[in-house]
Amino acid sequence: MRILVIEDDKDVAAYLVNGLKENDHVVDHSADGKAGLLLAASETYDVMIIDRMLPGMDGLSIIKTIRATGNQTPVLILSALGDVDDRVEGLRGGGDDYLTKPFSYTELLARLEVLVRRGSNKGNDKVTHLSVADLEMDLLARTVKRGSEKIDLQPREFRLLEYLMKHAGQVVTRTMLLEQVWDYHFDPQTNVIDVHISRLRSKIDKDFPKQLLQTVRGAGYILSEDP
Amino acid sequence: MKILRLLRTSTFQLAVMYMVLFATSVFILMGFIYWATAGYMSSQTDETIEAEIIGLAEQYQRQGLNGLISVIRERVARDPNGKAVYLFTARDFIKLAGNINKWPEDGEVQDGWLNFTLNENIGWSDIEPRPARARVFIVPGGLRLLVGRDVHEFMALKELVERAINFGMAITFALAMFGGIMMSRSTAKRIELINQTSQKIMKGNLSLRIPDRGTNDDFDQLARNLNEMLDKIVQLMDGIRHVSDNIAHDLRTPLTRLRNQLENTLLSVERDSDRQKVSDAVAEADQLLATFNALLRIARLEVSNKASNFIKFNLSELVQDAGELYEALAEDKQQQFVHAIQDNIDMIGDRDLIFQTLCNLIDNAIKYTPEGGQISLTLQQKDKNVCLTVADSGIGIPEDERDKVFQRFYRVAKSRSLPGNGLGLSLVLAVMDIHHSKVALSDNQPGLIVELEFPAKTAFKTVS
Repeated sequence: MRILVIEDDKDVAAYLVNGLKENDHVVDHSADGKAGLLLAASETYDVMIIDRMLPGMDGLSIIKTIRATGNQTPVLILSALGDVDDRVEGLRGGGDDYLTKPFSYTELLARLEVLVRRGSNKGNDKVTHLSVADLEMDLLARTVKRGSEKIDLQPREFRLLEYLMKHAGQVVTRTMLLEQVWDYHFDPQTNVIDVHISRLRSKIDKDFPKQLLQTVRGAGYILSEDP
Repeated sequence: MKILRLLRTSTFQLAVMYMVLFATSVFILMGFIYWATAGYMSSQTDETIEAEIIGLAEQYQRQGLNGLISVIRERVARDPNGKAVYLFTARDFIKLAGNINKWPEDGEVQDGWLNFTLNENIGWSDIEPRPARARVFIVPGGLRLLVGRDVHEFMALKELVERAINFGMAITFALAMFGGIMMSRSTAKRIELINQTSQKIMKGNLSLRIPDRGTNDDFDQLARNLNEMLDKIVQLMDGIRHVSDNIAHDLRTPLTRLRNQLENTLLSVERDSDRQKVSDAVAEADQLLATFNALLRIARLEVSNKASNFIKFNLSELVQDAGELYEALAEDKQQQFVHAIQDNIDMIGDRDLIFQTLCNLIDNAIKYTPEGGQISLTLQQKDKNVCLTVADSGIGIPEDERDKVFQRFYRVAKSRSLPGNGLGLSLVLAVMDIHHSKVALSDNQPGLIVELEFPAKTAFKTVS
């Protein structure tokens, strides 16, 4: 992936750039708002990581400016403030996702992957059918089949599986699931998501030789054909 | 009620004490005036009578009975409408000389003195009966001499003085009482103001200050001192909060770095047992980060105290969602999870924070309730307010600890062995505060009932 990082905090920037390069991504970095905007406008990136508070020009203004030129590159906003209203403001301002500093690298990477995939899937919104290996989901009839066997799911389990299947092959974190499937941004004290995942797993994986829904230690889950 | 309260104030009691002291002094002063006027006049009359008796006695000794009679007649004649009363009688009270006819029947002779009434019966020419005082002198041979004075003027004066004293005392009392009430009212008002303000401050409004009248009196000084003390307290509290928040803030970044390094290590660890250890360490770091985040979140809520992200949302649905999210967790613990959620209740507030609050409560309920227990979730309109209740059949919270559990890091003694950071309920309280709503804990016998009460302007049932 080609990634632009606009971040003035040296430590965070170095940590991001090094981490992303290690994962074989091409990274451009700017520590200044105006210089960053110039890069964003002149080059083509798969995804941009923009800090909210920047010298020269603040992050939200950069996003507004590039969106005004028709640039739809997905943007992940970084913020030092953890306030929820900042988050809402950032997403309303044209950001595609929002992450509060300090963040875990796996969380960031997982979100970037999802953002990039979503960006390339644009126009494919009218998907009616999803499949991973022999697991199939019909979004219109709202049915799920594994091989020839029909699987009964509760509405929320259906949404959970739908999200996992749409992001098959990608690591999905617990926070992402809470935000996307349950539509709440909060901090569960217990890993309540794990219970729901294990229920889902018992329905789609239990009686089959091949396990599709995997736990990625320290990160989240992945629904994938390859073990 | 207000008067009663006023009567109980120490300023009023002081005023009453002052009033009693003042009245006593006035009483003593009046007494002295009475003694000086009436007493002086009375002794003056007595002395005159005494002197006359002595004079008449001498006349008798010198000139005998006839001489005495003529002297008396002479004196009566000299004083035709005078104040002097004379009566000289024979042994059987038959008048020999004098200006009254009969020996007075009312009154008894005491130490030679007689108080009686001058009236027609005894031949007093005036229509008005009048008080009189006389000395009785028994001339050898059983003859009686009565020499007296009409004392009605003196009596009238005495009455006047007495009346003046009575009225004076009454006026003194009334004035002292009025003055006392006025005096204590103005001080009581100022003390009441200080009391009311400090009560509001104790209830949590630390920004309030006691008003200063600018008169620079002792109350102003007291107010200023109290205000300075409050400033100091606020400063200290801010200091403590800042220290803990700064610690949390400053430690968060290195802790995140540590966590991420551990995570990176995880990728290169070969042996499964080592992987487990590293991943446990990552989980531990996550727990610490969560604690710091919670602490900072509470701090921000307490400081910001604003409603910037308030929207209208369906509270019934939110409660339903939270119930559904946690029901699975309760079922895993063989707990019975029941809910009674009234439909169509809307709320104006921060949706994510309310969800967080509810999740903290349900999470606690599940955590502190043993297997096979019961958790219940209720949302209903109660009178005008909306009540959201999470009840469990778990270990509960002892009554004396129910206030403390809202403090940061406070954990009930018997639950310390269970995982948790002691911040869950602090966050609940902070969230409730910015929504102007209340949280109350009560006993479920066994277990705990947590009741969130939203006022009507925050949460309400919509007519569908």
